[in-house]
This record gives sequence, C-alpha cells and structure tokens, in this order.
Amino acid sequence: MANWDWQVFCKDTIDGEVVANCWGSGKDITYLHWMVEAWGWTVAVSLVGLVIALVVGSLVGVMRTLPNSPWLVRFGNAWVELFRNIPLLVQVFLWYFVLPKMIPVMKGFPPFVLVVCALGFFTSARIAEQVRSGIQALPRGQRYAAMAVGFTTFQSYRYVILPMAYRIIFPPLISESMNIFKNSAVAFAVSIPVLAQFYLQAGEETGAQVEMFVGVTALYIVSALAVNRIMTAIEKRLRIPGFVAPGGTGGH
Amino acid sequence: MKKHLLVMAMAAIGVSGVYAQTNDTLAKIKASGNISLGVRDSSALSFTLGNGKYVGFHTEMAERIVDDLSKAVGKKLAITYTPVTSQNRIPLVQNGTVDLECGSTTNNLARQKDVAFAVTTYMEEVRIATKANSGITGIKDLNGKTVATTTGTTSVQTLRKNERANGIDFKEVMGKDHADSFLLLESGRADAFVMDGSILAANISKSKAPADFKIVGEVLSVEPIACMIRKDDPAFKKAVDDSIKHQIADGSLAKLYDKWFMQPIPPANTKIGLPMSEATKAAWANPNDKPMEAFNSK
Repeated sequence: MANWDWQVFCKDTIDGEVVANCWGSGKDITYLHWMVEAWGWTVAVSLVGLVIALVVGSLVGVMRTLPNSPWLVRFGNAWVELFRNIPLLVQVFLWYFVLPKMIPVMKGFPPFVLVVCALGFFTSARIAEQVRSGIQALPRGQRYAAMAVGFTTFQSYRYVILPMAYRIIFPPLISESMNIFKNSAVAFAVSIPVLAQFYLQAGEETGAQVEMFVGVTALYIVSALAVNRIMTAIEKRLRIPGFVAPGGTGGH
Repeated sequence: MKKHLLVMAMAAIGVSGVYAQTNDTLAKIKASGNISLGVRDSSALSFTLGNGKYVGFHTEMAERIVDDLSKAVGKKLAITYTPVTSQNRIPLVQNGTVDLECGSTTNNLARQKDVAFAVTTYMEEVRIATKANSGITGIKDLNGKTVATTTGTTSVQTLRKNERANGIDFKEVMGKDHADSFLLLESGRADAFVMDGSILAANISKSKAPADFKIVGEVLSVEPIACMIRKDDPAFKKAVDDSIKHQIADGSLAKLYDKWFMQPIPPANTKIGLPMSEATKAAWANPNDKPMEAFNSK
C-alpha cells in the first residue's frame, strides 16, 4: 500500500503530467475531471432510467390488479414476464443492435435513449411486481369501501388504494432505486462512457488500477447512498402515524 | 474483529505491490518442471480456439522459447497456459502466477516500472479502418466524424493525442472489446475504427464482406509488442532474449510470421493478409527492448 499514488488523478489525460489545479482547462482535462464526467453519465443514465421505471412500473403494476379487465391484466403479466426473464445485458444489446435493425426509425435514436429504455423497462418489471404485491397486500375491504362510496375505478385507486400501497412498498422501492445505479454499469457495453468504462480505460492508461478502482467504487457508494438517504427521507415524510403495513391480516 | 477483516481486505488489495518476489525464474521453473505462459483470448497475436487450446504468432513463438528454456535448465518443461486480460496481466506477472506473458503487450515506460520486457518481436502500427466508400483517407478527414476504438487499449490515448496535435474535433465511442468496436463501424454507428493494424486486418478478414472495409491513412503510432517477464531477473531475460534472437537468426520466426499473417489460419481458415511492416523488420534486424516512447518522440 505504500506505493499507492493518488496524484495520478491530477495527471493530464494526454501527456501524463501532473496539473496544478488537478482539473485541467478546456480540452486538456485530468483523470479526476474525466472521472467526474463519467460519474455524470452514470447519474444521468440511472436517474432517467429510474423515472421511466417508476412511471411504467406503476402503470403496469396497477394494470395487473384491475378488476374486470382480463386483457389488461394479461398484458401486464406478459410485460413483467418478458422484461424480468431476459438478462439485463441481453436486453441492452437487443435495444442497441437488434431493434434498430427491425425498426429503421430507431437508427436515429442516440445510444443514451436506447440504454435508458433498456434499463428503465427492465427495472419497470420489478417495480410493477412490487406495486402489484403492495396493492394485493391491502385488505380487500378497502376496495369495497371505495366502491361503496361510489368511487369510479380511477378514483378508488387514486384516493384509497395507491396511497396505502405505495407506503407499503416503499422499502423495496428504495432498494430498486439503488439497484438501478449499480445496474447502470451495463451501459458501458454499448459505449456510454460511464464509470465502469472510465475504470477500464484509465486503469489501463495510467497503470494505477487500484487507485482508479477505489475512486470509482467511492463514487458508486456515494451515489447509491445519496439515493438511499433521499428516498428514506421521503418515506419518513410520507409516514402516517398509526398506519402499519398489514401483516397476515389481509383479505377480510 | 471488524478491524481484522479490514486489514485482511486491504492486504489482499495491496498484495501485488507488497510481497517481494523471489527473482529467479530459471530456478523456479527448474524446480517445478513447469512454466506458466500468459496467453490472450482474442488478440491478433495470441488467441484461443476453445477447449483450453491457445494459438497465434506469439503463442507459438513462446512455445519455442520454452523449448530453448528446457535445454537451458536441462529438463523438459511442461507449459501451463494461463489466459490473462489487459487488466490483470501485469499483476499476474508480478506475483508469479505467470512466468512469461507473450500476448500483445506494448512495451512502454509506465509498464517498465512494474515489469521487464524481452526484445521486441512485433511492431504494431495504429491505423484507421473505415468503410471503403466513406471517402476518409486520413486523420484530417475525421473532423466532425464519430470514431470507434476499444476500451482498455493504448489507441484511445493515441487518438486523443492526434486529435489535439492536428486541431481536429471528433466524437469518440469506445467499444467494450474489439469485436464490439468493429460492430460499431459495421453498423454505421461509427465512421472509423482506430486500432492496432493487426487487429483491424483480422477483424476485416473475419467480417461478412471484407471488401467493404479498408485500412487507410498514416500510421498514428508505433508500438513495440514484446513478451513480458518479471523485473530484475537478468538471467531469465537473457535466456528468453537469446531464444528470440536465435529464432530471428535462423529464419524460423519469419516462417512463423508467414504462417500466422499470410496463410489461412484457424478457426475460420481466413487470411489476415498483413505483410511484415518495415518497423517490424527493423526491430528484428536490430533486436532491442526500447519502450514505445523511443519510437514516437514528437
């Protein structure tokens, strides 16, 4: 460990000289600057992917619990089975190489959009499953009560079922949000310059594999932990005193 | 307890740099009767045919080096083929897992701090591959274009240097391996692929329509490729160097070059078709272990 060299982060990426301000200027950047840029890509891919996953996952999850709409339920089930049973890396390749061949208009899509779709839809299947389980964990009486006061299906979901269901599934949602940050490393496979790509390239160029690995790991920890803290804070704010997630008492 | 675990983990991370190696490879291989040869999965100079079988120009040359080493230590050495990657090859040589690595490792100053190199046996020239109808003829034509290269290679840096030196601006995309980078070119996501000439030639020869691609433009960088050995082991370096010089002198290395670059080779029985470059000829005429920096002083 005595031979660890942290100055490597302050080196210019072209001539390998240590730069005084450790950041560089214009097009001459240091490894630290490059790593932060890569972090930006990781955060961008993850956050946009997370938004897609939450929106699509919620829609599909709700769809799977709708009364009297067997085809929507089947569609939701198919969605979850499709995106959950294909490995993420394979999905990324499908989006990137196969779909543009089948649908010519997709050739014009930037790789960022394709990889965000892959990551978002993969995670949406997992979130849909959680939303469904959250809804089904509620006592059936909640739905009947909503019907009894004359709510439409939309109203009963909006005002009765979903507010409770989301509170129940918040802990797994936090895990999912952290997972998407870690899964975003697959974007490297289709040439998005994320942290994983930075590590492989910079480690090779500088010969400082361990230093680069430590730097990249630290940024992953920081990002995942930040998401965890933010989501936990939201969970605390939304908590309703006296409401405890029903355990084993559902169904009556 | 927790502190213990932490210390152990830190020790495991730092292991390659911390433990001093016994620096007498000849004695080590003589005692064990076995030499660990570092090989690559898919480089132009060393690759696998599957089932643990490794072939290629450098792999076969290394097998002949081992024959000579067997004579030197006075007993037949068995070869253990150890596949290595760009990321782990240097640590594995340092910690003794690999005794002799003959893949496609560039000899440069940064690496010479950690390991030593035998005399250069192949001079790699970084070139530009593009679609035959693209109209690109050199680095100047890349302005505003998208250029692919492979993550974890020296070509990425070469590309950046050329970008600055020539005052041009292009978008870089980095494939995760050579096959991926070539796919970027083939599928039109990139206009050019900048990489070692042998890798470009091999990928073009394996593609569906080799006539659609060509290698164009100036040589962007020259890189001496050599076998890698542990540092500070002069006796072993001399034995390896002597074997290589002897193979150059009796013409067997030239025959090997012809076999692996000019004739059809497995697995697909295609020809790479890359005649020996002037730089490689010069390296053989005058065996040396100069680093890359000695060839690219600008």
